[in-house]
Amino acid sequence: MQTVPCVTVKNVSFWYGINQALFDINMVIPQHAVTAFIGPSGCGKSTFLRCINRMNDRIDGAKMTGTIQLNDQDIRDRTVSVEALRRTVGMVFQKPVPFPMSIYDNIAFGPRTHRLASGRMLDELVEKCLTDAALWDEVKDKLKSSAMALSGGQQQRLCIARTLSVSPDVILMDEPCSALDPNSTHRIEELITRLKTDYTVIIVTHNLQQAKRISDVTGFFLRGELVEFGPSETVFTTPRRTETDDYINGRFG
Amino acid sequence: MTQLAKTPVLLQRRVMNALFQAVCGLCAILAILILGYVLWFLLSQGITYFKPSFFTNLPDNVNPALGGIKHSIIGSLNLLGIALCISLPIGILSGVYQAESSGKLSHVVRFLTDVLNGIPSIVVGLFVYAIWILPYALKHPGQGYSGIAGGTALGIMMIPLVMRTTDEMLRLVPQSLWDASLALGTPRWRTMLLIVLPAARNGIVTGVMLALARVSGETAPLLFTVLGNEFLGPITGPTDALPLRLYKYATSSDPVQNSMAWSTALTLLLIILILSILARFLTRAGKRI
Repeated sequence: MQTVPCVTVKNVSFWYGINQALFDINMVIPQHAVTAFIGPSGCGKSTFLRCINRMNDRIDGAKMTGTIQLNDQDIRDRTVSVEALRRTVGMVFQKPVPFPMSIYDNIAFGPRTHRLASGRMLDELVEKCLTDAALWDEVKDKLKSSAMALSGGQQQRLCIARTLSVSPDVILMDEPCSALDPNSTHRIEELITRLKTDYTVIIVTHNLQQAKRISDVTGFFLRGELVEFGPSETVFTTPRRTETDDYINGRFG
Repeated sequence: MTQLAKTPVLLQRRVMNALFQAVCGLCAILAILILGYVLWFLLSQGITYFKPSFFTNLPDNVNPALGGIKHSIIGSLNLLGIALCISLPIGILSGVYQAESSGKLSHVVRFLTDVLNGIPSIVVGLFVYAIWILPYALKHPGQGYSGIAGGTALGIMMIPLVMRTTDEMLRLVPQSLWDASLALGTPRWRTMLLIVLPAARNGIVTGVMLALARVSGETAPLLFTVLGNEFLGPITGPTDALPLRLYKYATSSDPVQNSMAWSTALTLLLIILILSILARFLTRAGKRI
């Protein structure tokens, strides 16, 4: 497997006030691959994910040390605009959150913000994003109707399409399937596998089977530490640490 | 099946349940009864002069029964318009500030607006009188009272109400909606303007309507500011308003005018009702989904 580094993480620690949530995380996330983070609840994997697009900036009392580099650029450098970073590093959340507006406007919101397209071009961009997110055929006749009327699975694919609309390099996914039924989950997993040809996907999941199925690289978090990080095959078959072995075999967590 | 049998404990619970249900229901009915009685009383008393000429004529000193309150209606609407123009931008923008900032200043601002909210309306009227009308009247004898000053007094009263409601409604917008927008690289101001404010719009409109309804019935702040008028004058001079007209007619010695006071009150109520319905209609039509 070719491994061009995309996100390089060095000595990252993170605090919520006085509670330390992450301890000295180091890893290199490869480009155009699916990287999965697994671990029990409260182990810091979501916190870490939100460090990569600086979503934790808004939290009072949050503090981070260490560096995260995106294609050799420190994301916390003073010259980096957080808006540009979040455009490059998109995010899909656990619960689908469509904006309370039409399906079309949901997808067009990002491109309009960043002035990427307008008129005909915007129409084409919306169609392309919805097609890439495997939603176009279901919604092409009702683009002007409310996004809130879609089913949960459709809403999540809409959110993925919305993330694609500002042409990111990296897509972060925070348990994107945990609120969905198995059928919708299956469709999103297929989608993720397809997305990795063009994007670097980093996904947090509680579903070990899912991590096994879709990821190329897996990181195992425990109590704020990165216990194990490597090719998924290795992590799931011959883990180096006993904690990992215990977790993936269901002995705790 | 033994668990499902009616034991004495269960019976006691059922009795208590029925008792509380009855008390709560009675109180709800009582509240509605009082409102209903007020409405019925207004209707039965006010309907006498509730005819077209009442809305199109000015007061008639020769034949009071032919008189109307056209100037009071127009005056009140003007005052409310001015109050809205003043309180909406200040109230909504400071509400946004309150919801979005967590510094010390925002606590101070919140405390002070609560104080402002608690100030008796007559004090607001006196305040506008003292800093605006009195100095002007001293330089230009016989002048100074104006609809603009009255509208400003009502606007000052509305600011804390609008601000509070905006603040609270914005806080109800889920964090997930913020996150979803920010994660697209949307700047904070754009997220607020295009995502969060629209999501809170219905609540804010309701709050603004309540504030408008409250100040539309205020008499005290108008006594010192708009003075009242028997004719339809410009907004820059003495202006009449429905609560002032109501007060004047209710305390009049003429039984016809006493009766017209009820019709005036009914008119005031109807205007608030129409404004509320209009606001609902407009927010619904304005929705993009």
